Amino acid sequence: MTLSAILFYILSGVILAATVLAVTRRNLVHAVVYLVISFFGSALLFYLFGAPMLAALEVIIYAGAIMVLFLFIIMMLRVGQFQEEMFPLSQWLPAAAIAAVYIFVGAVLVYTDPTNREVLVSAVATPQAFGRYVFENHWLAIELVSLLLLIALVGALFLGKSSPHRQTPESRRET
Amino acid sequence: MIVPFGHVLLLAGVLFMLGMVCAVARRNLVMILLGVEIMLNAATIVFIGASLRWQEMEGQVFVLFIFAVAAAEVSVGLALIISVYRRTGSVDPNNYNLLK
Repeated sequence: MTLSAILFYILSGVILAATVLAVTRRNLVHAVVYLVISFFGSALLFYLFGAPMLAALEVIIYAGAIMVLFLFIIMMLRVGQFQEEMFPLSQWLPAAAIAAVYIFVGAVLVYTDPTNREVLVSAVATPQAFGRYVFENHWLAIELVSLLLLIALVGALFLGKSSPHRQTPESRRET
Repeated sequence: MIVPFGHVLLLAGVLFMLGMVCAVARRNLVMILLGVEIMLNAATIVFIGASLRWQEMEGQVFVLFIFAVAAAEVSVGLALIISVYRRTGSVDPNNYNLLK
């Protein structure tokens, strides 16, 4: 087992443990912080797989922007007063059993696949090569994605703007 | 020399299942959106692994677009949560029964 393989297994263990902890937390802030750890692990995994540019973007966009946005929303919502009730065990046990079967079948498939003996050879796509490739072959998609982000910005502004005609919980309590 | 590609697939599959559990089993809109984020992250891991497996840059380009779509999705989703919280005062999907 090479050093890269050991690193991969350590990273995947950290990612899975952090994600399990995030999914099972009742406190939303704790869940978001555990998920930040999981995304840092993913960023290191990207770096191990030879994508340093995307590792940086994962830290900046996912762990930085998106998770901080979640934290702001959680602070805005005052969900501390709100007690979430989980589903009863009898309801989600069949779903968990099916998921376990799926993971087992996937593991068997991976183990028996003959083409799986060959291991990944490490290679690095430098940010220069990556950027050149993106803007030479996918410039139209970049433009479309910028348009999508603009639409998302306008949509978030429209949804977040409070209109005077809208019925709020406070006004309903008064009537 | 890292690991076989199947191990990457297995890691991403387990991660995707965790995200799905989070999106389906939790009764909180914020946690549902977090589950969607976990699923998108699992998809990016598969794309980067496949990009290394076949020595093609195409997978990495796709991950770039997944990042952009995730950012757009989460901003609109959180704005929707704020909007619905203003209307009903709750983030529990069971309380959304204005049409009843």
